[in-house]
Amino acid sequence: MTQAILSVSFAGPHVSVQDGGRPGLMRYGVPGSGPLDRRSFSAANIALGNRADAPGIEVSLGGLVLECLSGEVGYAVAGGGFILDHAGVRRGSWTVATLRAGEKLAIRPGPWGSWCYLAFAGTLQVPRWLGSASTHAMSGFGGGRLGAGQRLHITGAERREEREGDIPCPVTARPRNELRVTMGPQQRFFAAEEIAAFNSGPWRMTGAWDRMGVRLAGPMIAPNAALDMPSEPIVRGSVQVAGDGVATVLLADHQTTGGYPKIATVLDCDLDAFVQLRPRDRVVFRAVTAVEAIGIARTAAMGAAAYRQGLEKARATLEQRLLSENLIGGVIDAAG
Amino acid sequence: MTGNPLPARLFPAFSPVAEHSLLVEFGESIDHGIHLRVLQLDKAMAASPFAGFVEAVPAYAGILIRFDPLACDHQTAERHISRLIAQEMPVEAAVPVLRVVQVCYDGDLSPDLVAVATAAGLTPEEVIAAHLAGQYDVFMYGFAPGYAYLAGVPEPIRMPRKPAAVRGVPAGSVLIAGPQCLVSTITMPTGWWIIGRSPTAILTGQVDRPFLFDVGDRVRFERISRAEYDAGPER
Repeated sequence: MTQAILSVSFAGPHVSVQDGGRPGLMRYGVPGSGPLDRRSFSAANIALGNRADAPGIEVSLGGLVLECLSGEVGYAVAGGGFILDHAGVRRGSWTVATLRAGEKLAIRPGPWGSWCYLAFAGTLQVPRWLGSASTHAMSGFGGGRLGAGQRLHITGAERREEREGDIPCPVTARPRNELRVTMGPQQRFFAAEEIAAFNSGPWRMTGAWDRMGVRLAGPMIAPNAALDMPSEPIVRGSVQVAGDGVATVLLADHQTTGGYPKIATVLDCDLDAFVQLRPRDRVVFRAVTAVEAIGIARTAAMGAAAYRQGLEKARATLEQRLLSENLIGGVIDAAG
Repeated sequence: MTGNPLPARLFPAFSPVAEHSLLVEFGESIDHGIHLRVLQLDKAMAASPFAGFVEAVPAYAGILIRFDPLACDHQTAERHISRLIAQEMPVEAAVPVLRVVQVCYDGDLSPDLVAVATAAGLTPEEVIAAHLAGQYDVFMYGFAPGYAYLAGVPEPIRMPRKPAAVRGVPAGSVLIAGPQCLVSTITMPTGWWIIGRSPTAILTGQVDRPFLFDVGDRVRFERISRAEYDAGPER
């Protein structure tokens, strides 16, 4: 089997292996994990012709530099407006290309976005935990964080020339600062004026973030009752308010339960674009009813499905285009 | 923080959580009767789920029911769950499954044993005896993978949490705080009291049963010697 070996020359903090995540184990204290921006992650895989949940690398604002030591492998990068430097050629994220032995690929933050995803045409050899390669930040279980000097082995590595080129970046992949929420489930711990302050803000992202959650800066919304509630389940998107009145939005590697009240819960379908905001960006919460939330989620799912189909269609068009190119290539091969 | 009393609520209470879940609460305190209703609904959901049901996350007084918003909605889920609750599930007569967890209380593995003894006005051996005498039930998992909250620490050795967390507490530490006990699974900071170390793996590493406990299981601690601890987990 063809193998490509890459060396990690540099990896910023929070750069880790992720896949489709670890759903269904919350009752055992295990959060879903997986990519923070699941839609961009699956776009990278689909554009490359992989399963949408194949293990890939989540790249933070810290960036990542890889060098191909041997073999060659197709790759796709999607998510955020990152800048790639591939063997001295600069381009934006949202692209499919081939990395060859001796070449370097650097992924660095660009004009927008906080996370981008690197997928490979082949199987990234990484440890799994409970059936998933997703890295659980708190424990390090799963594929793990990347560090300088580490080697990545990709088995079944191949070029996917027919898929090379730009990946369309959908508008839904852009950072989203209006977050639709359902109120609660523990809004009873807050007085009417605190609820009003939560809804009017203004809120901003802070630099206090990791894969477990991001702290927001904004009005103090201290709970209006003694914090004696027993621990209740937390979800990705819970807006938890600690006793000091600071609000945190819980993310992919959240604790599964907590004793602080959740004033609101961000709709799951808004979270992928939310994580692409950067520190100091504005955030607005907009309360919706449960019925509205279902409608919003279904509309978002339809949009996501249409985009995926679009990626498939673009691929078919590429294949047709490549068909003629292959014929030409065949002539050259025959001649040379 | 005015500390106003909260208005009384009716139970079971249903709260929508984003587009994908309902939180069903049976009360607001840590109580065996309330938790039993959580366990009953958990079992009933496993036995007769609705279309689109994804998972249930039981906690002390409430249970989160997650569903696929493309296949279900909050109203449909609530109707189904209300029917299950109305069926008045018979109180589980079966004896809970008993799990045995080994623990070594030797000095370097139990850095807080003396402090707990001093605070409780007991000798360290009396603290150990009290801990071993407790009847523990798995109320829920939370915080981190495999962190099973075991309620049942006997009154004399119930301690408030430490004012500040201690960092780098190793996996396998047997911790107590208030009525709760847990065996840690990863190296973590904790404000709970470290009274022993267990070689029993809660994260079993087994594919068919990756977690030692199910919520609702009963746990008994079994004292082992340092030599037995050093020999590693029982086979």
